[in-house]
Amino acid sequence: MVCRNPSAAAIKLKQIKILLEISHSGEIMRRYFVVNGFDGALTMLGLIMGFYVSNRVDLAVVITTCLATALALGMSGISSAYISEAAERRRTLAQLEKAMVTSLDESHHARAVIWIPWLVALVNGIAPLLIALIIIAPLWLARSGMVLAPGPLPTAMAVALLIIFLLGVFLGRVGGTFWLWSGLQSLAVALVTVGLIYLLA
Amino acid sequence: MPSVQRLVLDVLKPHQPNALEFARAIAALGESYRVDIQVIEVDEQTETLRVAIEGDGLDFERISDSISEIGASLHSIDEVSVVGK
Repeated sequence: MVCRNPSAAAIKLKQIKILLEISHSGEIMRRYFVVNGFDGALTMLGLIMGFYVSNRVDLAVVITTCLATALALGMSGISSAYISEAAERRRTLAQLEKAMVTSLDESHHARAVIWIPWLVALVNGIAPLLIALIIIAPLWLARSGMVLAPGPLPTAMAVALLIIFLLGVFLGRVGGTFWLWSGLQSLAVALVTVGLIYLLA
Repeated sequence: MPSVQRLVLDVLKPHQPNALEFARAIAALGESYRVDIQVIEVDEQTETLRVAIEGDGLDFERISDSISEIGASLHSIDEVSVVGK
């Protein structure tokens, strides 16, 4: 028997799914996640590499700097995506209302204009923040007393390189190209960045 | 009370949601609802549909509200079939 009284959470999820479908936001969020996640990972890698080549920087300073940068990336991702998405959505709704010759205030399309920019902004902001926190994790572990054989900074850099490789693999799967090649391409960009910082130092 | 058994509506809607999702949304309003959709015309941003709905005791208000919620616009009621009870 079909349940005719789904829970409030199920109804909310269904509504969010409808809003994502009519606004084609799933693809946009996936793109933002990868692009800003890549930004976050590469920024952290650059910062940590900078500290590594500077020698003898206190771990507390490294953690604070990386954390502050991660938060800034998150806030930047949320605010920039919200402002641009909200403007784009309002423009699209106005064009649709013009074509329909009617107001769509009570429709899913109007609700999408309100909610989708927030969802996209959250993904755009959380992606670099979350990835940066994962990369910083070895630094925290080292500070709390855990012994990491290669040292905290090289371990964090290895995590960053792994995440960048995985983001490339993910993009390869999305684009239908060979996953290893796509992962190696992303990794090459990261290694070039590391090399440039090393040369600069 | 007379019961509406069949409605044929002229509807203008955006491309999203598509005709299949549109039909599902209307059909979900009642267990006996059967929805047939014919796409009459497709423009750059909109499409015109001929929506035929059959069922026992169609609730026109709910159908109309659902059409608005989807973002579509009901242009006219082209056919009606009502049974006196």
